[in-house]
Amino acid sequence: MRCSGFVTDGGAGVLRCEDLVLRQGAFSLRADVVFARSKVTALIGPSGAGKSTLLAGLAGFLPPASGRVILDDVDVTEAAPGKRPISMLFQDNNLFPHLSVAQNVGLGLRPDLRLSEEEKNHVATALSEVGLAGLDMRKPAALSGGQQSRVALARVLVANRPVVLLDEPFSALGPALKDEMLDLVKSKLVAAGKTVVMITHDPADARRIADMVALVDAGEVHAPVATDVLLNDPPAALRAYLG
Amino acid sequence: MAHSLVPVTPRWPGVAAAALVLVLTLGTLAAVGWRAEWGGGLAPADWAAVRFTLVQALLSALLSVLLAIPVARALARRGFYGRNLLITLLGAPFLLPVIVAVLGLLAIFGRGGLLNDGLVWLGFQPLSIFGLHGVVLAHVFFNLPLAVRFILQGWLSIPAERFRLAASLNAPVGRLLEWPMLRAVVPSTFLVVFLICLTSFAVALTMGGGPRATTVELAIYQAVRFDFDLGRAALLACIQFGLCVLAAALAWRVTGNDPMGAGMDRVVQRWDLSRPVVDYVVILLAALFLLLPLAMILFRGLPAFADMPATVWAAAFRSLYVAIGSAALCVLMALALALRGGVMVSVIGVMPLAASGLVVGTGAFLIVFPFVRPADIALLVTMLVNATLALPFALRSIAPSVAQINESYGRLGLGLDMRGWTWLRWVVLPRLRRPLGFAAGLAAALSMGDLGVIALFAGQGQETLPLAMYRLMGAYRMETAASAALLLVVLSFALFWICDRWGRGRAEM
Repeated sequence: MRCSGFVTDGGAGVLRCEDLVLRQGAFSLRADVVFARSKVTALIGPSGAGKSTLLAGLAGFLPPASGRVILDDVDVTEAAPGKRPISMLFQDNNLFPHLSVAQNVGLGLRPDLRLSEEEKNHVATALSEVGLAGLDMRKPAALSGGQQSRVALARVLVANRPVVLLDEPFSALGPALKDEMLDLVKSKLVAAGKTVVMITHDPADARRIADMVALVDAGEVHAPVATDVLLNDPPAALRAYLG
Repeated sequence: MAHSLVPVTPRWPGVAAAALVLVLTLGTLAAVGWRAEWGGGLAPADWAAVRFTLVQALLSALLSVLLAIPVARALARRGFYGRNLLITLLGAPFLLPVIVAVLGLLAIFGRGGLLNDGLVWLGFQPLSIFGLHGVVLAHVFFNLPLAVRFILQGWLSIPAERFRLAASLNAPVGRLLEWPMLRAVVPSTFLVVFLICLTSFAVALTMGGGPRATTVELAIYQAVRFDFDLGRAALLACIQFGLCVLAAALAWRVTGNDPMGAGMDRVVQRWDLSRPVVDYVVILLAALFLLLPLAMILFRGLPAFADMPATVWAAAFRSLYVAIGSAALCVLMALALALRGGVMVSVIGVMPLAASGLVVGTGAFLIVFPFVRPADIALLVTMLVNATLALPFALRSIAPSVAQINESYGRLGLGLDMRGWTWLRWVVLPRLRRPLGFAAGLAAALSMGDLGVIALFAGQGQETLPLAMYRLMGAYRMETAASAALLLVVLSFALFWICDRWGRGRAEM
């Protein structure tokens, strides 16, 4: 399998929040944590605790009230979302329905879609890596939900940014499909050395692919802890959530 | 949650569009305000014009709404073959050139029309259609369908479950369900029709006239064209503006409905209806009233169609060129304003609704008059004014879709670093295709049929098709006028259809 072409160089991908404070209306979230390079970190916690807020802040969609976002010693706090070395998958609307599968993936390489032959081949390779070889010309509506998720993943692969944020992009899929997608994240993104931060409601998801789990609760992002350690002996706040 | 960020597009097109709208609305208003001769006050004839304007608009709105209620009720509760077609046709008068409808009405109610032929045959005196009742008749013809669509929407917005509940309780549907709905829908419908009737120059021009049936707009036209009394025209334009702002402010407060809205293909299931005859008679009468005049155009216009003089064809080409230019400009302005967004933009977007074509035209006339011969730029000014007057409708079609695109895909676009032209080309324009096509079709058809500003400006060499028709009617060349009307209708609807069809081109949107 060919993937060496888009593996990042080993040093990239340490994502750090320094005294980061994010505000949305009356809600405020504090984060002072480090997400380890080339690891999957799951964010877990009750609804409304601020998991999505944190990802929006990291991706640059929500300017922080104070603090800094630092990637590999580079301050990206002020950078526009498209200029950060970060890819993000949202809960929905990850694909443009009027563009073909190949175009949707191609956007990860060039936003103006002026793709060279080499880049087109790159797109085709990425599509076959996620198991969609030959579907390049389809429109998203002609694909199943699982296939649509795979297209979005292929775009993340070609964009080849060192950090990937997942805001529950697979939550609309059935349990079996979701597990399949999580395994794909593990086998493609993690194998390519990406730093992955994902939101989940289900500890089983975390056990499946996450190396670390960070509890988000009461306006505070706690430091990530090894998955088994945290889930086997959950602190009080997490126990209350897991039930 | 929705922290909405949107890919950046250049600011200047929105600013330029806003500036053009402001010049054509407030700028022309300033011109008439400055030139108006306030000293003399209003002459008795001016007061009569104000009175007539208000009276005919009140009567027209009242009749349109009163007649629309039984028609809407019948359509709401009866399903029959051709119902959807009829409802679609009810939307057509919006695009139908006024002068065409007037000619059709004359063929029924006019001097040599069917009605008078019948009266004479029965031994009665023929009726004259010109004056107040002619103006009101034409306004009802145009606004009855609009009012029916508004009120029908009201009827169909009552949930089916309510009717079921009322039936199981044996409760009076009329008092319980229909009366509250009418109380909410009728006033706004009345005001919209009233506003339209305040600014329908073409109807007053063709059906009115004389000291007892002159609207303010008609008086403006006469002051410019016949008396060349620009000071008085400007004063009247100020009065017209005041009337429009008043009515628009009222209408603004009570409306939110969209007359072009879809979803009227449903029939309410009812359990309290016994005799369907009345409903069908009402529907039949309404359909006859709306369709007969148009059938007469076809009937009278077709035979002479091949013999139309070259001047009519020349006028048709001029109209096409104005309509296409106006549609392109209108859609570009609407797109630029919609992308810009914000409160100021929505205010600018509705300002043309309160503007009267004649007021804008008078202002433009005053502005350009010292520098060029108005006839030389008649088509250009008509194009600009038509584009601006159609802007609110275009914006209403485009702006919600732009907002939805930003809402759904703004973050995705930002995350992928799509900006400016890239964002427009790959996301906004393809996804906007349908509203863009619809708006372009609407603007083109409205401009094609417009008989307003052009009447103020045009000399012999610049007449558009509606103006050529009007002049043919003035010369009593009714057969040729009917042929020209036929051509005008075909061109107007063809323009709309082509643009709208283009917009629907892609299925997988």
